[in-house]
Amino acid sequence: MSWNSPAEFFAMGGYGLYVWGSFIVCGAIMVMEPMLAKKRQKDILRALRRERIADEIEKGTL
Amino acid sequence: MSNRLINWFKFASPQSFYPLAGRMIPWFWALAAVFGIAGLWISFFVAPTDAVQGEGYRIIFIHVPSSWMSMFIYLVMAAWAALGLALNTRLSGMMAQALAPTGALMAFISLWTGAFWGKPMWGTWWVWDARLTSELILFFLYIGFIALQAAIDDPRRADKAGAILALVGVVNVPIIYFSVKWWNTLHQGASVSIAKSPSMAQTMLWGMLIMALAFWMYSIAVALMRVRAIILERETHTEWVKELSEVKQ
Repeated sequence: MSWNSPAEFFAMGGYGLYVWGSFIVCGAIMVMEPMLAKKRQKDILRALRRERIADEIEKGTL
Repeated sequence: MSNRLINWFKFASPQSFYPLAGRMIPWFWALAAVFGIAGLWISFFVAPTDAVQGEGYRIIFIHVPSSWMSMFIYLVMAAWAALGLALNTRLSGMMAQALAPTGALMAFISLWTGAFWGKPMWGTWWVWDARLTSELILFFLYIGFIALQAAIDDPRRADKAGAILALVGVVNVPIIYFSVKWWNTLHQGASVSIAKSPSMAQTMLWGMLIMALAFWMYSIAVALMRVRAIILERETHTEWVKELSEVKQ
C-alpha cells in the first residue's frame, strides 16, 4: 500500500488531475452506456405493447 | 445429421438468440463486476509506485484494456459482418450493429486516457504519432460504420454496406498494433507481447490483465443488451415478438 492518508490517495503523487481525469471519464462512460442500452430496450418494448393494444382494438377483442 | 449441428444453428436465429442473450447478460455483468473490483483494487492498492512515472502510470490500468478492446471488438464486428455478407444470416448484421457503439466508446476511452497520460509524461495532449493517429482512424471507422448504417433505411442493405466498410477498415487494426515497430514513434512499445516476457512488474501486469478481463466482460454484457433491443426493433412485425411475455403484459 503506497498511501498514508486519503488526501495522499486523491493527490496521486501530483498526478491527480490526470489519473482521476482518466478514471472518472471512463467510469462515467461505463455507467452511461448500459443505461442507454436499457432505455433503448424499454422504448422498443413500450412501442410493441402499444402496437399490440392498437391491434386488439382494431380486432375488437379489447 | 448430428444433433450438435442442429443445436448450434438454432441459436443463429434472432428468435432463439433473444432469450438466450437475456439469460447470459446477468452472468457477464457479475463477471465484469468481480474482475472490475479486483482490478481496481490492484490498480490503486497493490501495484507499486512506478520508478519513473510515479503514480501517473496508473492510467495504464484503463488505457491498455480499452485500447485492446477497441481493436478486438473491431475484429469481432468485422467477423460478424463478413459472416452476414457470406451466409446472409439475419443475426450477424444485428451483432455487428450492436458492437459498433461499444467499440467506438472503447476507442474514445483509449484516446482520452492516452491524452491524459501524454500530457504529464510527454508534455502534450496529442501528437500526430503513428499509434495515436491510427487509433483515431479506428475511432472514425466506428463512427463511419454507425453513420452509414443509420443513413440507410432498409436494415438488410445497411448491413451489407456496413459490412463492406467494416471489412475494408480491418486493415487498420494490424497497422495500430505494429505501428510502434514500423515507425519511430513517441508512443512506447508493447508492454506485453507473446514473444518475450513482459517488461513490467508482476503485480502491474496482473492488474492490467484483470482489468482487461473486466472490460471484456463489460463489452459482452452491454453488446448483448443492445443486440436484444436491435432484435426487437428489426423483428417488430413477426409473430414470435408479438407472443413475447414482456410484450403481452
